[in-house]
Amino acid sequence: MRRILLWFLTTVSTLVLLFGYRTSTSSTLPDDEAAGGSATPSTTARATTPSPTTTAGSSSGSTALPAAGTFTGSTADTRWGPVQTRITVANGRITAVDVVQYPDGNAKDREINADAIPQLVDETIQAQTAQIDMVSGATVTSTGYLESLQSALDQAHRA
Amino acid sequence: MTAPTPARPRITRYVEHVMGLPISLALRGRHADDTTGRSAWRAVMATLREADRVFSTYRRDSVVSRINRSEVGLGDPGVPSELHDVLDIADRAGRATDGAFSVWLPGPDGERHLDPSGVVKGWAVERAAAALRALDDTDFCLGAGGDVLGRALDPDLPWRIGIEDPHDPRRLLATVPVRDGAVATSGTAHRGAHVIDVRTALPPTGIAAVTVIASTLTVADVDATAAFALGADAAEWLGRRVGRSGLVVASDGTVARIPRVGAR
Repeated sequence: MRRILLWFLTTVSTLVLLFGYRTSTSSTLPDDEAAGGSATPSTTARATTPSPTTTAGSSSGSTALPAAGTFTGSTADTRWGPVQTRITVANGRITAVDVVQYPDGNAKDREINADAIPQLVDETIQAQTAQIDMVSGATVTSTGYLESLQSALDQAHRA
Repeated sequence: MTAPTPARPRITRYVEHVMGLPISLALRGRHADDTTGRSAWRAVMATLREADRVFSTYRRDSVVSRINRSEVGLGDPGVPSELHDVLDIADRAGRATDGAFSVWLPGPDGERHLDPSGVVKGWAVERAAAALRALDDTDFCLGAGGDVLGRALDPDLPWRIGIEDPHDPRRLLATVPVRDGAVATSGTAHRGAHVIDVRTALPPTGIAAVTVIASTLTVADVDATAAFALGADAAEWLGRRVGRSGLVVASDGTVARIPRVGAR
């Protein structure tokens, strides 16, 4: 079980790194951040024995993941800085993979919204303003506010 | 969508202006419309006004204006530590974009002047939201002239953020559910070309808008501006920023969805 987890966390770290590398070119990387890392992701992802922060249930043998718990991998050094991942297991299945430490020092272990990829309106909603709470767009200044969609929303919900 | 939509709780809205920006707050839950909630809203506005006093490029008496007139040096003891925090964020974005983004903008005379607008809005709103995070059993969604930060305690009731179409700001291109996170957009829709690639001192080309979703508005805002400064390279650059997702709209209207690296 431990070996499976170790393998998994290493793979996750490597995947994260590979994603990070997929479109990178060294010419666009800052020197100081590039200095600390090796060029090969697989050698920089060092997952050591994971430490379960919560566990429940029992392992069903060496080929299965533990029944439940969250497991945090050790920190992998990438050329942009440290990356650390955490998996959540429920009923023997991985239900989430979170990056708990990001290279820019913006360590966040509160999960934001792992699936917060914009859903294009055409695929999801037809009614334009009825189903949204706030608008993100190019900066609206106070002068242009009254004509903005946000202003319409603010008015609509005002008591 | 076959499941019936649950009834959404009542939302109380607040609007005020600071830094030349409309600030919109939506609250729902226990303190949405009581003295505790209203006092948190006043605290938000007080924090933003304080940020304006330090960082405004429009106010002659701001610290930034005084630096630009060489009345104060960056190393002077009177310079608030917040200015250094903001400059550090800007430096990181500058390095990550190979110098396309900077808060030291070249003027017509070739002299660089300090304009931290590309960082300050997200940073200040993120800080200001601390007063809202402290509200028990209360969801908040704070908008600042197009940048949004929200927290929804019930995962089934995320705030729904609409992303405007840069080619027709009366329409939406996409929606994003936000449970605890931020959405920032940089684009030319309302103010024209105001972001430049400082390497060329020209507005970037090929790009209409960049929306970034991240855990904090500090990150989302600076990355949206930085990606926009990269012009046609925005989508590729944003695609390898860990922990961000987003939407990049090219000038020809092509929309690219950027998945989050490291997401589930």
